[in-house]
Amino acid sequence: MSKELKSSTPTDSEIVFGILNNSESAIKRLYAAYFPMVMQLIINNSGTEDDAKDIYQEAIIVLYNKIKKGDFELSSKLKTFIYSVCRRLWLKRLSQMNRYGGDLKDFQDYSPVDDEIEQHNERDIQFTKMQGALQLLGEPCKTIIEDFYINNRSMQEICESFGYTNADNAKTQKYKCLQRLKKLFFQQK
Amino acid sequence: MRDEQLLDVIERYLNSEMNADERKAFELLRKENADIDSRVIEHQQFTGLLKQYGERVELENRLNAIHQEIDVHAIAEEVTVHPSWIIQLWRNHHSKISVAASIAIFAVLGTLFFTGYLSNSSTYTELRRKVDILNRSNINLTKSITDIRSRNNTSARITTPDKYRGTGFAITSGGLIATNYHVISDADSVYVQNASGKSFKAKVLYYEAKNDIAILKITDTSFKGLGAIPYTLKRSESDLAENVYTYGYPQDSPVYGDGRVTSSNGLNGDSIDYQISVPINPGNSGGPLLDGKGNIVGIVKAKQTQLEGVHFAIKSSVLLNAIENIPADSLNRKPNLNTKNTLSGLTRTQQIKKLQNYVFMVKVYAKN
Repeated sequence: MSKELKSSTPTDSEIVFGILNNSESAIKRLYAAYFPMVMQLIINNSGTEDDAKDIYQEAIIVLYNKIKKGDFELSSKLKTFIYSVCRRLWLKRLSQMNRYGGDLKDFQDYSPVDDEIEQHNERDIQFTKMQGALQLLGEPCKTIIEDFYINNRSMQEICESFGYTNADNAKTQKYKCLQRLKKLFFQQK
Repeated sequence: MRDEQLLDVIERYLNSEMNADERKAFELLRKENADIDSRVIEHQQFTGLLKQYGERVELENRLNAIHQEIDVHAIAEEVTVHPSWIIQLWRNHHSKISVAASIAIFAVLGTLFFTGYLSNSSTYTELRRKVDILNRSNINLTKSITDIRSRNNTSARITTPDKYRGTGFAITSGGLIATNYHVISDADSVYVQNASGKSFKAKVLYYEAKNDIAILKITDTSFKGLGAIPYTLKRSESDLAENVYTYGYPQDSPVYGDGRVTSSNGLNGDSIDYQISVPINPGNSGGPLLDGKGNIVGIVKAKQTQLEGVHFAIKSSVLLNAIENIPADSLNRKPNLNTKNTLSGLTRTQQIKKLQNYVFMVKVYAKN
């Protein structure tokens, strides 16, 4: 019974509300529901299984952010949205690889999703820069920054795990780390 | 205020860790000091980006974890469109296949071309006789001699040689003669010569190039008319294997040949022709094809050069149609076709004797 439920396609509203409520199973079901469709698109247009995974996950992220931002309209179908985003991303990937032969074998209807892709790309560039900056930052700064700003750990906890004698020292260290991170981030082209 | 302290304050402000008074004071400071205000905004944006980055990394990890649980290979196998083996073969090898195909086409066309299959004319020849070159040069020689003589003797007549020869046969006693269009197609002038060697000037009265039929009319003033035509034109189609014969001028003296109707269709199934086994040669074109009772069943026309005994004759019904199609204004009156066959009871030799006065050598004079 539970298996059957899992394999059946969830309704669009189930997914949207599930994601808004941070439901782990909603993402899981969403992921399982449309992966074959995207796999079909990529595999049959000179892509590999790994390409399919990359493209699909990117599309899920686009959808996730759109839903989280609250501007996903239920009037458009999730399936069409995912397919369109994947199609667009794959076309871009193909042309980057100079392998785009001019026509794509389509399996579904699709709609224009240029705005979403545009936003996603801008954001992606920022994230790549951030990733690069964090990498260059090195330890222990990277962990301190991640713990404080991303994982929401308190200064007290950080102070203990790094063995700083008092919170002020840790704060000073964190301040220096942040300044360096900003510098690295804005230096990147 | 030192930078580090300022940052601390900003963070406490952004994280809502200030009490109401402190908050009010800071907001006032922010309003007054644009520098601090921009620092607040910048910090807010940067930490926001950092946070989002963290969320993104986390989401990616989650998705990767979900992906691990999926049987990717099974799905890939399931959704791959497997084109049929022939399409796969084409996709993998189309360049080689194309090259092979073009070579094959070239080879076939080349073979056909060199064996002469493509040129129709090489297997099918119309049987007018081109008077041969040796003969011609001989005559030219004679002519120049005559030319030289004529300077001394103006009464000598200059003769130009005829270029093509064919055969024709009378269809009315008034001097209408049927022959092939291809015999007279290049003609400047046409003469017909009877069995006793007398030539008469004739003109082309009517022709149907498509059916390869021409009707000549003897216009020569010395022509006194023929006796009653001994044969009739057969309207119905002859049967397969019917005994037929022809009589004509493939050379200077008349030649008889007989055979049978071997097919009721001509070259490539052309229904206006018979295929016959009567031996014919250049010069026979336009000659009559008769059956045993002395009815004209066709006009000898052509042969296939690559096959022995494949010859063609136009059906007499086509000739009858052509006679009916002669425009009325080119004749004084409608051609009076003979309806009484006087050959039917005779033996073949007797038939030929009667026939010979009505079969003519057609001599065609042309410039080139």
